[in-house]
Amino acid sequence: MTMLYENIRLALFSLRANKMRALLTMLGIIIGIASVIAIMTVGDSVTATVTESMSALGANNITLSLQQRPEDEEEDTASLWGMNFGDDEEEKEPTDKDYITTDMLKSLKDAFGDAIETYSVTESVGAGEIQDNERTASVSVMGTSLGYFWANDLEILQGNYFSERDLTDGAYVALLSEDALDDLFDGSAEAAVGSRITTAIDDKYYNFIIEGVYSEPEDETGGAAMMAYYMGGMDTTDLYIPLKTAQAINHTSGYRSLTVVVDPEQNPDELAAQIEDFFDNLYRNNRDFEVQAMSLSSMVSIMESIMNTLTTAIALIGGIALIVGGIGVMNIMLVSITERTREIGTRKALGAPNSSIRIQFIIESIVICIIGGAIGIVIGCLGGIAAADYVGASATPSLRSILISLGFSMAIGVFFGYHPANKAAKLNPIDALRYE
Amino acid sequence: MGRTIIDLKDIYKRFYIGTPNELEVLHGISFNVNEGEFVAVVGQSGSGKSTLMNIIGALDRPTEGAYMLDGVDMIAAKDNELSKIRNRKIGFVFQTYNLISKTNALKNVEMPMLYAGVPGRRRIERAKELLKMVDMQDRMKHLPEELSGGQKQRVAIARAMANDPAIILADEPTGALDSATGRMVMDLFHKLHDEEGKTIVLITHSPELAEETERIITIRDGNVIGERRGNG
Repeated sequence: MTMLYENIRLALFSLRANKMRALLTMLGIIIGIASVIAIMTVGDSVTATVTESMSALGANNITLSLQQRPEDEEEDTASLWGMNFGDDEEEKEPTDKDYITTDMLKSLKDAFGDAIETYSVTESVGAGEIQDNERTASVSVMGTSLGYFWANDLEILQGNYFSERDLTDGAYVALLSEDALDDLFDGSAEAAVGSRITTAIDDKYYNFIIEGVYSEPEDETGGAAMMAYYMGGMDTTDLYIPLKTAQAINHTSGYRSLTVVVDPEQNPDELAAQIEDFFDNLYRNNRDFEVQAMSLSSMVSIMESIMNTLTTAIALIGGIALIVGGIGVMNIMLVSITERTREIGTRKALGAPNSSIRIQFIIESIVICIIGGAIGIVIGCLGGIAAADYVGASATPSLRSILISLGFSMAIGVFFGYHPANKAAKLNPIDALRYE
Repeated sequence: MGRTIIDLKDIYKRFYIGTPNELEVLHGISFNVNEGEFVAVVGQSGSGKSTLMNIIGALDRPTEGAYMLDGVDMIAAKDNELSKIRNRKIGFVFQTYNLISKTNALKNVEMPMLYAGVPGRRRIERAKELLKMVDMQDRMKHLPEELSGGQKQRVAIARAMANDPAIILADEPTGALDSATGRMVMDLFHKLHDEEGKTIVLITHSPELAEETERIITIRDGNVIGERRGNG
């Protein structure tokens, strides 16, 4: 124990005696550890942020989307994200016969019963402008089902949600965002409900009766709203109309994609597979299109694994810097041992066994690496937090990566210190004593 | 006469064995040193006295011969045992002091006790005692580079005494010192010999210094050519 303390003291002493050299030697370790920690911090926080925001959308939701059938199996993965990276494959536009219909959804609901709570469907009509006397407000008009309100935590502040008749008849009624009131009806929700508004969409005018005013849940990151604010210089809000109305305006009868809100008790991955089987059956005669069902949780896990692979890959590159740093440590240890040959000889003459000389220099190498590692951890954490902050994710350097880094720098110290230390231990005391 | 501490019999040392330039440096040296004796080994440079000192000091092994140190068979001892013997039974004093730089006088004196596993407080106490004995108690915290040659050699002598060794092996201890400080160092050896009863082997090329000891062993060309009483 005394020996250990003494060796650490000696190591610190020799570092202090050659400050510049020690710092340069540590630099490799510092850069290596700092980059590994920074990358892991950023990677972890980005993964966490993405996962969190995806989960906020409802990890239990299953997204159904109409996909063009791949011509060969290889392209299965390319279309995994609903995108076709596939090169020159002919893009086919789905027609009415390809769309997912209300009838299909009904039979799906019949087949799965309580496992499916509701559907969240949107049909975008387009961007429009509401005119009220002199003032205007930009809106994007969206046909929605009740499920959409559920899935997105929207709340009716004033008035009511669409009635059953509005939905089935495709009435020209609308729900206005409370944010739009800044520009309309002098900010009064009461005045808005029941009023008729005229909305211009693509140079066509539509009249809607406002049935209610809704509020959106507070968005913590404020991403979308902020984006709209900066891009348009003003708020564009969603004007919700019954789905059927939107379909009538768009002249469609089906959906390209929709979200199935499922019972939280269900395993979304299993359910997604079952739903996909269900649609495979329905689309077995469709040569061009099929329906893909994907649970958000499986998307999240795919996302996570991609992020982890990416983080590990980049961290490994940082690890190369560590190895280079380790070689630097080995080099300086060899120099230090040559310089201190006489000291080693003297110690041997005083009765130091080979093992204690070996341990002395291994500890010196470990001390260099741990100090370098600690500095690297501090720099890496700060750098990681700054970088994560820059991309808008909140970063918390994980204790795990810090401990691993410390352990790793210690291992580098042992690994790259062993050879020089062994060389010192094996010096012949007479030669070492006579060394000039 | 006390018991025999160093017992060398027919010691041969050859270098470059099996090569055309094989060299025999010691040609069968034998002598004894008894407990409490102050002996000088005198020889000119090239006489083989350094090689002999390395063998006595367990830093090197003879090619042939028998060597008993304080009752231990040094030929049979393994490397780790030799480390232990150097630590416990031999106190080295070198011409060039060989203090550990960047380490103060006190820590230097502590060092052999550290390797012997003496616990901290007793180690420091003993080191302080030894530094007081060599009259260096005021400079315990000084680094070697802050000390004069004579002061360094006194610290080295204190260090040699640390584990109360069976012999003090001094290799030209005054070689790098002026005559006044050299005198002081020699006085210190006499003090250790007279007051502590230490067995001291002084290796030197100087006949005057050798005269101060009790017995003078003269070496030339790897042979003992004479042995006589000194004035000490």
